[in-house]
Amino acid sequence: MFLNQFLLLSAVLFSIGVYGVLARRNGVLVLMSIELILNAVNINLVAFGAFRASVGGEVFALFIIAVAAAEVGVGLAMVLLLYRNRRSIDLTQIDQLRG
Amino acid sequence: MTVLAALADLDRLTSDEFLVAQNVAFAVMAITMVISALRMVTTRNVVHAALYLVIVLAGVAGIFILLGAEFVGVTQVMVYIGAIVVLFLFGIMLTKGSFGEDDGVSGEKRLMAGLVGLLVFGVMTAALVDSFATAELSRFAPSTTAEIADSIFSDYIIPFEAVSVLLLAALIGAIVVARRD
Repeated sequence: MFLNQFLLLSAVLFSIGVYGVLARRNGVLVLMSIELILNAVNINLVAFGAFRASVGGEVFALFIIAVAAAEVGVGLAMVLLLYRNRRSIDLTQIDQLRG
Repeated sequence: MTVLAALADLDRLTSDEFLVAQNVAFAVMAITMVISALRMVTTRNVVHAALYLVIVLAGVAGIFILLGAEFVGVTQVMVYIGAIVVLFLFGIMLTKGSFGEDDGVSGEKRLMAGLVGLLVFGVMTAALVDSFATAELSRFAPSTTAEIADSIFSDYIIPFEAVSVLLLAALIGAIVVARRD
């Protein structure tokens, strides 16, 4: 197996995640796309860890999983708060600060 | 290291028959993941998007196991599919307005988003092909959970403690933010 096949798969998933963050209006879907991006990064870390025969990559993948869990918790809490105040989680309507 | 090098040499002799199964598994998982990811960012139904996300996350767990990282793969299944996706489904259902459909942004913005995605992919592909064209994952020993534990609690003890505190802070913060007063 080539290292590049994993890295390219990761690049594809990362790009799809970037598209999702930019093209979605629903707050929950944007958070899901961010999870896609974080998973792409994890594939990279584990692939390089295997490539260099070191466990460092896996350890950092675990750290990223933990950080992603924290991020989802806080992110969904914010989306819920948004919904409670605005009755909508359409991110294109959150533009009060626009001049 | 010498054992690994010897294994790598052994593999180079027999790599054709050795890695066919892995490559087929990789191709199946990669195609499934990419299709599901594309469906996830384009489907109009929000719940379907969450379920496509499950397929992608399971594929990532399979890739981890293919790379010899069983512990990370199992953690991925437990934390992501077991906890985070359930959290997402709760989020979708608690925000009733979003339960139905999301068309995404309109025409021109969607085109720009697609262009940005393609640009990111193009730049990364160019860099990767340029840098790692010949890098080969030779036959490697899967890492054991004991090795990962040793590593976390010796070399990476400071980041580990930082992540613990971060999780605690994030959970308390989430409760405070979402609490009804």
